[in-house]
Amino acid sequence: MAEVLVLVDHVEGAVSKPTLELLTLARRLGEPSAVLIGAGAGADAHGALASHGAEKIYVLDAPELTEYLVAPKAEALAQLVADTSPAAVLLASSAEGKEIGGRLAIKCDSGIITDAVDVEAVDGGVQMTQSVFAGNFTVTSRVTKGTPIVTIKPNSTTPQEHPAAGTVETISVQVSDNAKGARITETKPRGKSGRPELTEAPIVVSGGRGTGGDFSEVEAFADSLGAAVGASRAAVDSGWYPHAFQVGQTGKTVSPQLYVATGISGAIQHRAGMQTSKTIVAVNKDEEAPIFELVDFGVVGNLKTVLPQATEAIIKRKG
Amino acid sequence: MNIVVCVKYVPDATADRTFDSTDNTVDRVGVDGLLSELDEYAIEEALTITESGGGEVTVLTMGPAQAAAAVRKSLQMGAHKGVHVLDDAIHGSDAAATSLVLAEAIKKLDHDLIITGMASTDGGMSVIPAMLAERLGIAQVTFASEIVVDGETVRIRRDGDVATETIEASTPLVLSVTDQSNEPRYPSFKGIMAAKKKPVETWSLTELGVDPAQVGLDSAWTKVTAYVARPPRTAGEIVTDEGDGGTKLVEFLASNKFV
Repeated sequence: MAEVLVLVDHVEGAVSKPTLELLTLARRLGEPSAVLIGAGAGADAHGALASHGAEKIYVLDAPELTEYLVAPKAEALAQLVADTSPAAVLLASSAEGKEIGGRLAIKCDSGIITDAVDVEAVDGGVQMTQSVFAGNFTVTSRVTKGTPIVTIKPNSTTPQEHPAAGTVETISVQVSDNAKGARITETKPRGKSGRPELTEAPIVVSGGRGTGGDFSEVEAFADSLGAAVGASRAAVDSGWYPHAFQVGQTGKTVSPQLYVATGISGAIQHRAGMQTSKTIVAVNKDEEAPIFELVDFGVVGNLKTVLPQATEAIIKRKG
Repeated sequence: MNIVVCVKYVPDATADRTFDSTDNTVDRVGVDGLLSELDEYAIEEALTITESGGGEVTVLTMGPAQAAAAVRKSLQMGAHKGVHVLDDAIHGSDAAATSLVLAEAIKKLDHDLIITGMASTDGGMSVIPAMLAERLGIAQVTFASEIVVDGETVRIRRDGDVATETIEASTPLVLSVTDQSNEPRYPSFKGIMAAKKKPVETWSLTELGVDPAQVGLDSAWTKVTAYVARPPRTAGEIVTDEGDGGTKLVEFLASNKFV
């Protein structure tokens, strides 16, 4: 069976949940091979990859590459594609994943599909499913040239444990000077909120203009549910919440089990980022708000009173 | 510093966007179109850089005849000249072919920087900057929040999810800017009048030396096999808060096992 290359997304060796989702999907197409680039990944990372189906783990331990952007990773993957003739290359649909994929596609003369929500083996080929035009259409597509390169959105599947060999193979790559053209000179880590990562969270609670700039009720409600916090473009543009938390066309696209929109009218720009959520709930003062066209459950009311009451009720239930 | 800004003419996101049922491509003719909103940030960034450091901004697009509107709007904002790659063979091109055409056009233009928006508002793949950089053999820095040009050195601030990074690169360079990077100007009356006199060139694939067989739907490296409209969500239950809205909300969440 052909290999399926999965580029591992990790922060200093901690493997991300979307990577485990990719391994789970890769098993449908062939034998998953994890590709681990960068410093700090050791036995823990290898164990997590092997227990989720990685038959092989290609390791490029190159701390010096972490100071460059995506180009060296694309070169390493291109070399692996040439060496292994994989059935497909799967990457996470992050900004980085898409850029590595873009460079790789040109290097390997191969088609790329981004933001897939599903991938299947069909008629001896690979079929991708995407959700496009603000979630208004579902599209299936194929790569017709080269090796299918696919970036897959977080939360597209549930990671499944599947013990595999996880044989480690160390690789080396000659990185060209061209690939070193952009260098990171300074990194300032952002303070951690302690909440789940927005695109990976099973529950997301977002606030918009209706918060009036105070997200405390939204955050308290989110915390009672163990949810991530998001914000509408209106809230971000007003400087009420950081851009990294923006849900919508120019921010993150989320597809959680439960999405709660509070004080958000539901303009097309916001819908583009959340319309594929499984269950949608809204709280808004304006009964005419377009968000109510999408919801499974809606409360016409002020989030400033509805959310604290709900938060209290949830805490009480949890005892 | 001479800058090429790549812009795209896209179907209006507030209109009913759809596909052409004959070949599964995006309908770019039957729907009102406009300059992709996110490209305005790229134009603004390029104008700011050339206003302080000199040089010219060339706006580059490819697409059907209507795409000239995207060039016009860019010129009204202040770009110095426009190039429109117009050729029937382009219809149905995927990202790889798009990057090929744009890269060949860029090679014919004076460029120290190539700036794009963070994504198009239709396809939204965000892969073109990386593909252009790959084809041109230069670096790319995407999702810039701030760009400072210092001679041939460009310093970029990027506000990522987990960290804020400072990145240094040298020209020539491909950049994409976010919608947080600046506030795009509106075309002034003077700008609108001046745009009418600015040079716009229309290039065919032959003029670029691109074989028409390398682009378009038939030679695309990807293919849409089917599209279906998402079924409308079934109407949900809406309650009005009469002092018990929060309680009812939690009852709904509990009945769906979220609490």
